[in-house]
Order: sequence, then structure tokens, then C-alpha cells
Amino acid sequence: MGTVYSVLVTGVFMACLGSMLAFFLAIASKRLYVYEDPRIDLVEELLPHSNCGACGTAGCRNFAEKTVTGEIEPASCTVNTAEQNKHIAALLGVAMGNVEKRVARLACAGGHHVAKMRAHYGGLSSCRAASVAGGGGKSCSWGCLGLGDCADVCDFDAIVMDKQGLPVVDLAKCTACGDCVDICPKNLFSIQGVTKKLWMACRNEDEPDAAEATCEVACTACGRCVVDGAPGLIRLEKNLAVIDYEKNALAQRAAIERCPTGAIVWLDNECITKGKSAKKIIRTEPLPVIA
Amino acid sequence: MRLPFQKRVATFEHGIHPEYHKETGNLPIRRFPFAPKLYVPLSQHIGKPAIAIVTVGQEVLRGEVIARADGMFSLPIHAPATGVVEAISPIPCDTGEMEMAIVIRVYEADGQEVRVRNPHNLDGLNGVELAIVMQEIGVAGKGGAVFPTHAKLIPPNGCVIDTLIVNGSECEPFLTCDHRIMVERAQQIMAGIGYAMRVCGAPRAIIGVEDNKLDAVAALEAALPADGTVTIKVVETKYPQGAAETLTHALLGREVPVGKRSSSIGVVMNNVMTLAYVGRLLPLGEGMTERVVTVAGPAVARPGNYIVPLGTPLRFLLDYVGAKSSASEVILGGPMMGNAIASLDIPVTKGVCGVLAFGKREVAVPHTYPCIHCGECVNACPKKLNPTQMGLLAAKREYDLMADKFFLSECFECGCCSYVCPSHIPLVQQFRVAKSFLKDRKNSA
Repeated sequence: MGTVYSVLVTGVFMACLGSMLAFFLAIASKRLYVYEDPRIDLVEELLPHSNCGACGTAGCRNFAEKTVTGEIEPASCTVNTAEQNKHIAALLGVAMGNVEKRVARLACAGGHHVAKMRAHYGGLSSCRAASVAGGGGKSCSWGCLGLGDCADVCDFDAIVMDKQGLPVVDLAKCTACGDCVDICPKNLFSIQGVTKKLWMACRNEDEPDAAEATCEVACTACGRCVVDGAPGLIRLEKNLAVIDYEKNALAQRAAIERCPTGAIVWLDNECITKGKSAKKIIRTEPLPVIA
Repeated sequence: MRLPFQKRVATFEHGIHPEYHKETGNLPIRRFPFAPKLYVPLSQHIGKPAIAIVTVGQEVLRGEVIARADGMFSLPIHAPATGVVEAISPIPCDTGEMEMAIVIRVYEADGQEVRVRNPHNLDGLNGVELAIVMQEIGVAGKGGAVFPTHAKLIPPNGCVIDTLIVNGSECEPFLTCDHRIMVERAQQIMAGIGYAMRVCGAPRAIIGVEDNKLDAVAALEAALPADGTVTIKVVETKYPQGAAETLTHALLGREVPVGKRSSSIGVVMNNVMTLAYVGRLLPLGEGMTERVVTVAGPAVARPGNYIVPLGTPLRFLLDYVGAKSSASEVILGGPMMGNAIASLDIPVTKGVCGVLAFGKREVAVPHTYPCIHCGECVNACPKKLNPTQMGLLAAKREYDLMADKFFLSECFECGCCSYVCPSHIPLVQQFRVAKSFLKDRKNSA
């Protein structure tokens, strides 16, 4: 009898407790209901889920929220294919938007076949470790160290190191996420629009003679590009030519043709071309280390 | 292992016992000749670089001010030799960057006598006034951190300094310049301690010396002032005994709270050589024009301690001491915390306590194996950090996690973890990478 009674009491008590909690939960779910646009989930499904942050938002979910509210255009996602972005635009009934493709560009052309080394670095194989340990041994203090931190950090395999120890960016794969910009200890990478045609592939601020002595493709601040380019397009600053991209539309190929070292180059998507007067370098093997 | 009946020597927990190679410790300090050209960088200290006040072509006298201090956290620079200013141009420095330097072509006929002095009457000056006079002589911490000494000694607002710790432990292998300074210039050290105590207001000073330098202890004891304010304490020979945190712990048993400076626990620390130079230069009103440098290492034919004029290029220095052809790596500072350099055109500056040259065999990089979680590095870390975890995180570039959860900023890069690692993992190098990355990101943000 006692056993049946206690089981009964327990059962009734638990049933009461359960229905009471269920009642509260039912009220809470009505009162605390937050409406979320179902399109956010649909848009998120169409995004690449790489959470790279190249679009400037905190991740793909955040991007989806912002596209639904119209704060950002579908084309801002540079990782997605244009096809996929069109689907998003069609789903939301908005314009695709016109966002210029941006890619990472390297401001150095001094591979080890043209830039001299003054010491051999043999420690931890990372550009930043080399730069912390006495600068890494490259004669040019501003130049690429060539140990491939950028290639390591790239989530999209867009950067590979070439035979001369310089990173080459695959523009098709590059999403402009900016990881290489952050990791480079010499701050040589920057995110640039693909419509930019003139590019300064040197950061050496040294005196012209010293710069050319350390690297064969260094800018010697001769000023020929300043004269040949449209007025005000290029100026000299700290022994370097600086391109004013606000006047990008005026850029003509003539500006680079007389560059003696080939420090200023003409960009045409994948193709990086030097001027006609740039010295021709046929050497491919590294220069010897001179202490 | 210390037996129970043996006398315990003051020390800190953890740390390592590397091979010391202190052979140069019994060689007297010798003077070094002038190089034909001296390269004097404008930034030889932490803080703002000095501002050059000479022009190209101007003749300067040894001891003359050639660059003035830019504010309180800066130091003036004095001409290390009589000669003519040949250029003011960028030269490579130990970090691998280019820095502005005054190039002086030395007049060979002139001796090493200091030509320009600006003595002050030091009696009756209060602490701050004395610090201002101290700035004029341009002394920066000689242990390697090169913090301007006058700025270090002035207690920050709200802090009362009760002890001046004088660091004579010199725990780095190979280096013996502090040892020789203590043996040969004990009187100057005591004078310097007197001035430093007046500036920081500390009623007492303790000199910490490792127990492998008992001749230095004897020399210092003979020079102790009669009033008993200065005491000498022998500490165990262990690396890194000479770091600020570990020596404070060994001598006083106090620990600096995370993220705070040692002045917050009433302590200010100076290196013996810094105070020896303060004690010598301050009464004479003379500028800092030279310093004692240990030149040693297996690839040096005539190692020793030399008084080297500031701005002497390392190429000249190593030629003079007879660097062997086998020399393949040159390190500024000690082998544990010093930095390998990439150019021999780098000059000796106020922070260079040693120049070590090693052959290929000594600097060969061993193969790195995976971490076996043995915990040797945890047992060696004097800051009681967790290098195992930090190393694994560094390999994955989880730098933020290292800083937030594992106190990366507390690591002072002594290198004990890398030294003991049986897998030869370059731990301290990875921590330097992490710190450099976080610093760059903070600067660019």
C-alpha cells in the first residue's frame, strides 16, 4: 500500500511540475518571440562560409543580415562566384551591385636573383622570425624576406612562392581578405582594386645609389615616371615614386616605359609588365651572400 | 642538488645552468683604438631619438654634445672622438632597420682624452635637479635595455622607492664586462650608487652578485661606504639571475604584479656598469663617449674586455681582436638573449654589452621534433609561464589566445625554454614572433 501511495504522489507531483513549467515556457515563447527574416538563413546558405571578413563584416552570417536589410550589396562578397551572388540578388530582389574586385598586391620585386643578401638567416623559417632576428639578412631593409608567411597564412591558396623567393598572387583565387597584409612583417602587401594600372613594386627609401647597390630593381628616384606620367599622377617622396590613385583614370603606359630599373610596373590583371627601358635580367640563380 | 647542511644562497625558482665560458673574467679591461670612422646612431636608447645639432663638415671635439635630447625620455649624444662630421645618413642597425647616424671621421693624431666637459656643483641639489644633470651625461641602462637612467630613477607619482637594487649578477654566459667593472671600478660604483639613491630617494641599496664572482664581492666590500646603507648579497649562479624580476625575487622575495613596473613594489634596479659610469661621469660633467664591451666567443683570437668608443663599427672591432675565418655568426649581447646581426657595419652603441663571434659548428640549427609534452620548459621558465601550450598555440598562429590566457606579455625572452627543449623547438623565437605580430597590429589599428 505504502509503495503504491508514494509512487502515486511522485507521479502526480511530477505531472503538475511538468505542466506548470510547460505553461511558463508556452507563455515565454509567445512573449519573448523575436521575428527573424527567414531570408537571412537562405542567403547564408548561398554564401561560402569562409568567414574571411574581406567584405568588411564580421562573417558570413553578419553579411547575410546586412544584405537582407540592404546595408551591403550582394557583390561585396568577393569569395563567392558572380553566379552565386546573382542568385542572392535574385532571391532578395535587389540589384547585384557594382563592387570592384580587389586583390592583394606586393610592393617588392626583389627576389634573391636581383636583391643582395648581406647575411644568411638559418633560424625558424618564418619571415617575422627572421625580421625579429636582426632583420633577416636582406641588404634592403624594406624588401621581401621570401620565407613565405603570406603563402602559409592564405586560406584560399592564392599565394605561392616562386623560384626567386617572391610570393605570386593568383588573382582568381584572391578574395582580398587581408590576412597576408596583417602577417607580412615588412608591410609589403596591400589590398588594391584590379583597375589600378600603375604599380610601384619597391619600398626602398634609401639614397638612390645605395638602393641600386642593394637591389637591381629598386626605385632610384630618377623622376622619369613623374615627367612621363600625367601631371600630378606620380610624385617623388622619400626617394620613391608615389602614385596618386585618385587620378587613376589618367594612367598611361608611357609613364613606365623609361623606368631604368623596372621598379614601376604596368598591371593588367595577372600580367605584370616592366617598361621597355628596364634592364633585362636573365639571371635566375641567387646572388652570393656578401657580408 | 644542495645538501641540508650547506648554506643556502639567495636565488629564484626555476631557471637553468648553461655552460658559462667566463674565461675573460680575469683579463683586465683594455682600451680600444679609434676606428677611422665612427657611426653614432641618434637612437641609442629607448625613447625619442636625439636631435642632431651638428652640420656636415663641422669639427667636433671628443665629449662635445652632437645631438640634444628630445624631451625627458631621451638622451643627448656626445662626440666619441675628435674629428669632422662627414655625413648624417641612415646606417643599418641591430634590428635590421636603417637608422639615422652621425658619421665622424676621426682625427688620427688626437688621443682618447675627453676635450669638453660641463661640470656642475652637485652639492645641495634635490633628486629631480640631480636627475636633470644626470640626463646631460647621456647614460642609458648598460645591461641591454638602454632605458635612460635618469628617467628610470625618478619614482613615478605615488610610488615610494625603498630599495635600490644594483644588478651585478651578470648571468649571461661569455659576458664578463660587469664582473671586471666591479673588480676594477668599485669606488666609481659606490659613487654612482650614492647619486642614484639621492635621485630615487631609496634609503638603502643592495648589490646582488652571483657566487661565481667572489673577487668582485671582495673588491666591492673594500669600497663600501661606512654608513652601512649599501649591502652586498651573494646570489646563486643561475641563469637568468640578472633579470629584473628574478633578482628582485632573490634579494627581497617580492614579485612584480602582472602588467606593473618594479617601482610599484618599491624597487628600482640598475646595472653595475650604469652606476659605475654615473659615478665617474657625473662629477666630471663628462658625456658618455665609450663603454666597456666583452668581445669573446670561440671564433675570437684575442677575447677580452675593451673600452670601446661608441660608434665603432663591428667590422673594425672584430678585425682588431682577430676574428677567425671560421666566424659565421656575430651576436650582440649575451648568447641567451642577444640578437644575431645581419651586417658588420652596425656600430657599438650604449646598449651593447658583448660582441660574440661563433663558428659554424656552434650555431648549427638542430632538427626540430614534435613536442612530447615533457614539461621541461615549464620547469625552466623563471616567470612560471606555460611555454608548452604557448608553443603549440604559436604554431597555429593563435597569438590572441597566447596573450589573453597565457600571459605572453610577461615573457621577457630569457630563452630558458628553448635551451632545455629536448625536441629543439624554437619556443622563445616563436614568442618573439607572436609579440612582434601583436605589436604591429596594435600600431596599425
